[in-house]
Amino acid sequence: MIQLLTVVTRRQIASGATELICRRPDATAIEPGRFMHLRVGPLLRRPISIANVEGDLITFLFKEIGQGTKELARLRAGDQIDALGPLGNGFPVEHVASDAKVVLVGGGIGVPPLYYTMRQLIERGIACEAILGFDTAESVFYEDEFRKLGPTTVTTIDGTTGIKGFVTAALDSSRFDTLFACGPEPMLRSIQQVPIKHKFLSIENRMGCGIGACFACVCPTPDGHYVKTCSDGPVFRAEEVIL
Amino acid sequence: MNRLKVSLPGLNLKNPIIPASGCFGFGEEFAKLYDLSMLGGIMIKAATGEERYGNPTPRVAESGMGMLNAIGLQNPGVDGIIAHKLPFLSQFDTEIIANVAGSTPEEYEEVTRRISRNPVVKAIELNISCPNVKSGGLQFGTDPRMAAELTRRVKAVSEKPVYVKLSPNVTSIVEMAEAVEQAGADGLTMINTLVGMRIDVRTGQPILANRIGGLSGPAIKPVAVRMIHDVAQAVTIPIIGMGGVMEVDDVLEMIYAGASAVAVGTANFVNPFICQELIAALPKRMDELGIEHILDIRGKAYGAALHRA
Repeated sequence: MIQLLTVVTRRQIASGATELICRRPDATAIEPGRFMHLRVGPLLRRPISIANVEGDLITFLFKEIGQGTKELARLRAGDQIDALGPLGNGFPVEHVASDAKVVLVGGGIGVPPLYYTMRQLIERGIACEAILGFDTAESVFYEDEFRKLGPTTVTTIDGTTGIKGFVTAALDSSRFDTLFACGPEPMLRSIQQVPIKHKFLSIENRMGCGIGACFACVCPTPDGHYVKTCSDGPVFRAEEVIL
Repeated sequence: MNRLKVSLPGLNLKNPIIPASGCFGFGEEFAKLYDLSMLGGIMIKAATGEERYGNPTPRVAESGMGMLNAIGLQNPGVDGIIAHKLPFLSQFDTEIIANVAGSTPEEYEEVTRRISRNPVVKAIELNISCPNVKSGGLQFGTDPRMAAELTRRVKAVSEKPVYVKLSPNVTSIVEMAEAVEQAGADGLTMINTLVGMRIDVRTGQPILANRIGGLSGPAIKPVAVRMIHDVAQAVTIPIIGMGGVMEVDDVLEMIYAGASAVAVGTANFVNPFICQELIAALPKRMDELGIEHILDIRGKAYGAALHRA
């Protein structure tokens, strides 16, 4: 469950955003939407979503926000990362009907897991489109990579590229029956209201252990109980969680 | 001779390594990773009278070589633990220590009465030191008279030995230890977390939703070692030491300071295999240092402190 990843390439893909491609000791399959708990920073691990898997290669895309991600962004080819995982439950790509119409909605640093998810959907022959929201033109990343997979719309809050506004401004809910989303909490809250039948949200939370033992990352549920983001999620049905 | 075996009131530990309460849940997650029967014991997550949700999130914040947490004693309640968690734990050949918390002395008594009757539970850890709940918890752990009174009441209803978990957030931990010893405590566990706060400079507000939390991890280890050293010389009841243990030498430090066994907390979050690794590493390190039995070094660091708080 703990493995050493070896950095193969690192490149800056947007302002403050980094792509890190690492080699795994094996090439086992990983479901999209899961995460790795990386040992970087002073003490605790960092949960980083998996942006792509190809054979024994695994890709992480992340924004440099705190000490851990800054340290990750400084790694060089050949450096090793102590990784716990893959952890959590991802998007239920296997359960999507073959005639489903799927939209993937990503906001900022919520975009990465959707790339691997879209790849998997397309490999299964399922029709899907992506809507990717960013703050401004210079923070946009992976637009070309998504376009190579399928129809992709970019939105920016300041309108410097793509459609001006939030992702919801570009979302025509009547065209889809399934939605996969990952992004900041306000975005996910507004997506909970979108009239699409099957909605799955990948939520973010500060984590401790990453395996369900410490109760740091709980999220309340409508029935008065709670779920743990790390081990019950991070992907939940939209109606399952109170954000 | 088993070089790691430690016998304490109610507890026959095959080795001195015990995951600390609140850092190991009820063992279910870790049981998927390794055989829990190899552990000396398990201090399970705190039980309260009723189910508790705990505090809003964020509940954790990292700090230099440490972490703040403010979980707030989330647990399924004593009946839920007895019905759903203890049966699972009964399959392992390890000593279960039940952590008991409450808002009132009556709640502590009731939880102890119920959980101490269960044959899976070998000892009670009386939690008078949780900094993250509004009532109860720490308020019982900072006043020696209240701590002694609560210890007496819990001892009177407990069917198993009672270990009192001491808070470092006091002027004199020795005074606290002496008070609960006189009140009948069978042992001590120490230290709980140190109350702390971190502020997000982008918002100017505390990171934790609870504002304050308990600091754990390697940052607090020297504090723990000092307190164990002072308390162990003042009392005759055994101490289970804890506070920032990350590696095998940390275990030895605590025992040199006077502990008879050692609990491992935060390290489980960094490396979920840590307890297994510490147990495996102990004999080799003992060989290197010429230690025959683990308790041969207990208290060997004793001496008077130059300054005593």
